[in-house]
This record gives sequence, C-alpha cells and structure tokens, in this order.
Amino acid sequence: MEGKIHSIETFGTVDGPGVRYVVFFQGCPMRCKYCHNPDTWEVNAGEKKTVEEIIADYITYRPFLTEGGLTATGGEPMMQIDFLTELFRQVKKNKGNTCLDTSGIMFNQKNTEYIKKVDLLMEVTDLVMLDIKHIEPQAHKELTKQENKNILAFAQYLSDKNVDMWVRHVIVPGITFDSQECYQLGWFLGGLNNIKAIDALPYHTMGVPKYENLGIEYPLKGVEPLEKADAIKARNYILYGMKKRKEAEGKA
Amino acid sequence: MATEFKPEWQGFAAGKWSECVDVRDFIQKNYEQYNGDESFLAAPTQNTKDLWNQVLDLSKKEREAGGVLDMDTKVVSTLTSHGPGYLDKDKETIVGFQTDKPFKRGMNVFGGIRMAQKACSDNGYEVDPEVVDFYTNYRKTHNAGVFDVYDAEIRKCRSNHIITGLPDAYGRGRIIGDYRRIALYGIDFLVEDKKAQKDSYGKVYTDDVIRAREEISEQIKALGELKQMAASYGFDISKPAKNVQEAIQFTYFGYLGAVKEQNGAAMSLGRTSTFLDCYAQRDLANGTFTEEQIQEFIDHFIMKLRCVKFARTPEYNTLFAGDPVWVTESLAGVGVDGRHMVTKMTFRYLHTLENLGAAPEPNLTVLWSTRLPENFKRYCAKVSIGYSSVQYENDDLMRITHGDDYGIACCVSSMRIGKEMQFFGARANLAKCLLYAINGGVDECTKVQVGPKYRPITSEYLDFDEVMERFDDMMEWLAGVYVSALNIIHYMHDKYAYERIQMALHDRDVRRYFATGIAGLSCVADSLSAIKYAKVKTVRDENGIVVGYETEGEFPKYGNNDDRVDAFAADLVSRFMNKIRRHHTYRGSFPTMSVLTITSNVSYGKNTGDTPCGRKHGQPLAPGANPLHGRDTHGALASLSSVAKLPFLDAQDGISNTFTIVPDALGKDSQLVMSSDFDIELTPEQIAELEKGGCKSC
Repeated sequence: MEGKIHSIETFGTVDGPGVRYVVFFQGCPMRCKYCHNPDTWEVNAGEKKTVEEIIADYITYRPFLTEGGLTATGGEPMMQIDFLTELFRQVKKNKGNTCLDTSGIMFNQKNTEYIKKVDLLMEVTDLVMLDIKHIEPQAHKELTKQENKNILAFAQYLSDKNVDMWVRHVIVPGITFDSQECYQLGWFLGGLNNIKAIDALPYHTMGVPKYENLGIEYPLKGVEPLEKADAIKARNYILYGMKKRKEAEGKA
Repeated sequence: MATEFKPEWQGFAAGKWSECVDVRDFIQKNYEQYNGDESFLAAPTQNTKDLWNQVLDLSKKEREAGGVLDMDTKVVSTLTSHGPGYLDKDKETIVGFQTDKPFKRGMNVFGGIRMAQKACSDNGYEVDPEVVDFYTNYRKTHNAGVFDVYDAEIRKCRSNHIITGLPDAYGRGRIIGDYRRIALYGIDFLVEDKKAQKDSYGKVYTDDVIRAREEISEQIKALGELKQMAASYGFDISKPAKNVQEAIQFTYFGYLGAVKEQNGAAMSLGRTSTFLDCYAQRDLANGTFTEEQIQEFIDHFIMKLRCVKFARTPEYNTLFAGDPVWVTESLAGVGVDGRHMVTKMTFRYLHTLENLGAAPEPNLTVLWSTRLPENFKRYCAKVSIGYSSVQYENDDLMRITHGDDYGIACCVSSMRIGKEMQFFGARANLAKCLLYAINGGVDECTKVQVGPKYRPITSEYLDFDEVMERFDDMMEWLAGVYVSALNIIHYMHDKYAYERIQMALHDRDVRRYFATGIAGLSCVADSLSAIKYAKVKTVRDENGIVVGYETEGEFPKYGNNDDRVDAFAADLVSRFMNKIRRHHTYRGSFPTMSVLTITSNVSYGKNTGDTPCGRKHGQPLAPGANPLHGRDTHGALASLSSVAKLPFLDAQDGISNTFTIVPDALGKDSQLVMSSDFDIELTPEQIAELEKGGCKSC
C-alpha cells in the first residue's frame, strides 16, 4: 500500500513519549492560521512511499526508540486512514509503540463505514494526541476554516473507547491565550476519562519562512511568540476547568 | 621493584600497584562506585567565588588588551624557569601557574624559534635578540630540523594545502603523561623505577638503545626539576601524597610541568577523577576533609586548568578557531570487570560547571556507556542542558581495544594512560585529492602541478569508474607523501623537542600511534554519489583545468542513512587507511587514522575549489565525519547512523560528529503535564477574573 508522505524525522523528541520516528503525512483539510507546516496542506503532493519502505527504515532505528516509538503526524494522517492503519499494524507487529497526532477533523459519526475504519485504527494505536484548536465553534471556524463539532465528537469517541489521549492546545496571543477559552476547554475535557496529559504549546513563529517560500501571506503577521511561562498559565486554566467539571459531576 | 607499603597508603587496599608502578591496579582495587544523585554536592565557597572573580577580571583585561595580557620574551619556559605565581596565595588551595604570574604567557622555543618570534610579534612583543640568536645559531629547534630534511614535493603539498596543519613548526602535543603517578608514588619512587628501566637495556648499544638511554636520562632529570618546581611552591613531592588535597596538587604539578615545557597542539589531562576519589573517600571516612573542602579543591584545580595559556599566532588560532589547549579530562566509563567507574568525584568535576560557570576548558569528556548509573546519566543531561560544555564519547566501543584506563587526548584520540602515546599527524585533504585526480595532479586553486602528472580526465561529463580509478591512484600517492612528512616531523620532534616530563610519566615500552587523519570525507562521498547517480558536467578554465562542476539531477547524500552513499564514505576510510598501512612509519609506530576536524574544516574549505557535489570554492568542508551543512534532511538519528557506519578499526584515532541542537528540540519540560499532576488550585485573583468572564491575556 502506498501513502503520500511529506517527510520523515528520525529524532522526534516533542511528538509523544520518548524518542520517536516521526512520519509527516501529506495533505490537510484544516487551514489553521498558526500552522507551522503549510507545506503539508496540499493533498496532491508529497512523496509516495509504501508501508514496507517506511517499516524497513523505521526498524533500523529501534535501538534508539526503546522508550519511544513511531508517531504519525502531518498534515492530517487520518486523511489516509487505510495506509495509516496498515502502517501502525506493522509497527505493532514489530513490537513498537504507535502514536497518532491528529486534529480529529476527519471523524464523522454519521459515516458508519468510516467509523469501522477508525475502530480498526484504534486497535493498533497506543496513544492519540488530539490537537483541539479552539473550544468555541465560531472561533474555531474563524481560526481553522473548519467546524469543531466532529473533533469534539472524536474526543468523546476516544473516551468511550478508553483510548489513551494527550490533548494539545496551542496558546496564541489574542486567540487562545484567554482564561475563559482555556477554562471552557478544560470543562469539556473534564467530562472525558481517557486524558493522560495536557500539553499547552506556546505559539511560535518558526513556520513563517515556509509561508514566504510558498508565497502565501502569513495570517498571524505581527503576533509575537508566546513565553513558555504564559503557556503554563493558560494550561493551569485548562486544568482548573477540568477539575471544576469533575467536582460538579462528583468524580473528584 | 619490590617495596614496603608506604605510610601514605595507609587505608588503601594493597595490590600489584604497591609493588610497582600500576595506577590502574590501584584504582580498580580502591575505587568506590557511586549510584546516588547530585544532592551531596557542595556550593562554591567564598574563596572560590573571590578567586574566580579575579580570573574573570583578568580575562576581561586580557580581551581588552587584544587577546594577550603579558608575555615572557626573555626567559625560555622550562620546568624551573619561573618562580611561583599566585592569584591570591591565602585563598588558593591548589597552586601553580606556568609563569610567575597568572595570565602571563611563557615562551616555548623548542618547537621552533620562528613560531615563538611570530607569536610575540603578532601580539606586539619582541623576543630578546639573544634568545633568537641562541636558538638560531647554537641550539637547533624542531622546526629547523624538519625543514632541513623536507623535500620539494612535501613543501609543495604543504603550501598548496592538500596536507595541512602539520606539527612541523609547533609542539605536536597529544601526549598524556600519567600525572597521577606523582601523587600515588612520589618522585623518588618514580626516579628509582626509571633508573632500573635504564639499566634494563643491557650493553649492546644499538641506535635504539642509545636513544632510549638518553631519553630516560632526560626523563630522570625532568623528574628532579619537577621536584624543584614543586618545592618553589612549598611542596615536597618526593614522597606520595598524604590526602586528597595533596593528591590533586601533585597531579596538577605533573600537568603544570608538561604545559611549562610544551606548547603542544593538545595538552590533555588524562583520567584523574576516579583516581582522586579514592583519596577523597579515605579523607571523608577519616574526617580529614569535608565535602565542601573537597569540592573547593576541585573547583580550584579546575580553575587552574582554565588558566592554562600559550603564546600562539593568529594563523594558529584561525586553524583551530580560537586558542584551545584541549585540557581534556575523561570521566566515568565502565571497567573491564563490568563495574561502572562513576564516583562522587565524577559528579564533582561536572559540578565545577555549576560552581564556576560554563567554559570550554577543561574539556570534560564523559566516556558514555549504556551501563552508567541512571542518576549519573540524568545529571549529565542536566549539566549539558545548563552549560553546553560536556563532550560525550562511546566507551562501549573504545573499551574493547583500550581497556578501562585510557584517556582522550584532544577531542577523540584515545590512548592508555602512561602506556600509549601518539605522533599527531594533522590531516590530508581528501576532497582536494579527488580534484587532483580529476586534474592530473594540478592544484585547482593555484594551478601548480603538485601531485604526479597522471592523465587528467578530459571528458565533459564525469564517468564514475574513470574518476574512481584515478582517485585511487592519487590517494596512493598522497598517502606516501603524507607519511613521509610525518616520519620526518616526529623524528625531529623526538630529537629537538622531546617531551621529557610527559614521557617520564610513561612506562619504558610505550606503544606509539602514528596518527594520520583525513578531512573532507562527506564532501568526497557526496561527490562520488553525484558522479554515480546524477550527471556531473565539468567547467574548465582556459587551460583546460576543471574549476567548477554543474550537477544535474538528484543523488543520495551522506547523512541520511542511505547505504548507496554511506558505503562510499565507509570505503574511503578503509581505503585510505590501507594505503597508509603500506608505508614505513617512524619508530615502529602503529598507524591509525582519524576523521575529526572540529574547527579547521572552515580553513580547509577556503583552500579547496569547487567539488562535484555542488559545494563551491571557499565553502567550509564539514567538520569531522559530519554531513555537509544542510544535506541531512531526515533528522539526527539518520544523520548519526550514516556516521556510525564508518569502520572504527580503520579510524582508530577517532571519528567525530559535531551536533548542535536547541534545548527546546530535545524534549518538553514544564508545559506538558501528566495526569498525575492534574490537580491544580488557582489564586483567588485568577478565580475572580474567571468569574468576571475571563480575559484575553489569561
């Protein structure tokens, strides 16, 4: 089976637990304003690679990945769900750890065919890192050009299936660097029971040169990178929201 | 040489070491492993802070003075040339400077009087004319000896930079005396041992025996002079050290003697921490010293090592990108019996970075093994993140050939302490050699016929098989000239700039490595790959000399874990090493090779024309075994995997990879929170704000 791959990073240290072999999938339906990989958006691009090719390369690095594993990110890996599932299946066959970094945008509760596929994928997924961009539907659309309804449904689905999940939330000045938004996100997450970690990512501008190379205007021009300490502040509001929800539901 | 168990050794477990010189045996019988964490470490004392501020102040003044604060121009630096020097005698617990005051550079002339003159004049000083006269007309130097013998071909290779950085005008360095011996045995014991060695040669006076006896006599004299030097600081080093402070001091005196006598290209310290910890543990148990005192001794010792300075020329500093001394100290590692060698002292050495701040010297090098204790690994990571000053080398690889008492000279050259030394050989530029193969021995920059007049390549497009055949012939020639130059250099260095004190701290029969080196490995591998997998068109000047290349199409690049090109790199290493092996090497030395330019790759690049891989004239070659800048596109593991394919046994003098990473790319710290830490309380102000409806800046 062939997939469209943007690139491979053999020493990923920020995309899941441990040192990870990171596969960047090509193609994404979201258009997040702060996206730092705009070169992965285009669906009809990337290098065609087979699962066997990637696995053959991946196994050469296994001695370095003892605490880590393979992460699929992108782009949106779930756009190529058959390929992704097969890739993860082969990693599991080789006793590796699999991590899916996704926006959840592809999830569609009404499409039972697709749900079946997601079920299969989850059988071979050890950890999902779900990037929730914004908790408010309208603001989400403004930020990403897509609705967040399916994304939140995907989070609920993962919770129901008890799949381990890390939630990532990029803290952008003027957009998500907002105590109420973070608190509301926390409130939503407090209703789930599969969350293993919260990662509040400080907004950075390292992707800007890519926009220049691609000739695309950078949507967040002028927005300053966020200090790490501020991301921690924001994270604490998320945690507080989670706590309040749990308390309200008598789970704490 | 049987001997009584000396009173200074009370409390140590006896062994072979108490009968004859065997520091390793002492360490193995007496060291205590430490598996704990760094919580026992002591902060700097007020005296340490005061002294370090003095050093910082002197450093500032030195920078303001243009790089040199003071130089000796009259007195040639020897073990006894200068009286004692201090920062603040009352505060220093470890003493000794190269001259009679800190930051005053000594004058080393035995490597070459011209280099000494230039080092002075470039810094605004002038060597006393009497000294110049003496070392020009009455006492020959190493440099003069070498140039009396060099032939025209070697000179041409040198001036056209296909062979570069040769230690023919300066001290070769890369020799590590076993400075610990002074602390463990005291000078008198070592002198007796040397006398016995001298007698052991018998009465058949071959050239080798004559030379050996003369050298040992020099060593004995040097040991006596070292005793005098120590006495000028008020220490009697004729007997063994009684406690850890003396052990550090005596060890340092040995090293100080070496850097007074030699301005070598790398003056490394060895492997002292585990040795010294045996004394520290004994003193802690006896209540002789506290942890705070022991840390203070180490802080002062390290401070002294940071103050070692040489008189050097701007050209030298360009080649080595600064003014490095390479005071390399090898830490940790695992013993051949499987016990790791991490002690509290290993922590104390690394802790000096926290107590004194980051510094390039001494070059603290952790001999890394997967079997080092977890707490130590974590501490290494912490210190590395905090100070970016720690070097790591693969002990699991080196222990196989070097055992568990080897040290690193310079950046990667490994040798058994006191048992092995090396003849430093700089390097041959293989990228240039490839261009010579294409141009029939004509230098692409100077247009001089440097190499043999082999048939040049005349086709417009390069053919892989044709290039490879010519390249192989050209490497054969280069290896020959290169080895010849080194044979001459080391003969003369032994004759005119013999390392008396360092060799006095070696065994009688020393294994000598003939340490050659190569530069431009990744550039050649990529070039061969381009020729094989893409199309490379030659661009010629009016005389038909190829001065540029146009490369069409994609080709695999070294640094991406791609066997197609990595195999070229591995083959080059073995191929050139085998060509070196075909030649006679001076004094029965064992030929080795390194791939390790850490800084000089920049200056080599300036003298290397366009290469078929697309690199332009003047652009730096990659350091050591690194991929060319920006060509590794699959992340660090892919890049390092390419390097790891190079055959270590054909590059036994070491393979280096310079790896830079921003801390944020090494993993997350504070903002990622795991579910065990989800419980959080906000401040009342934060809660009040939330209830108001939140705010747009958290």
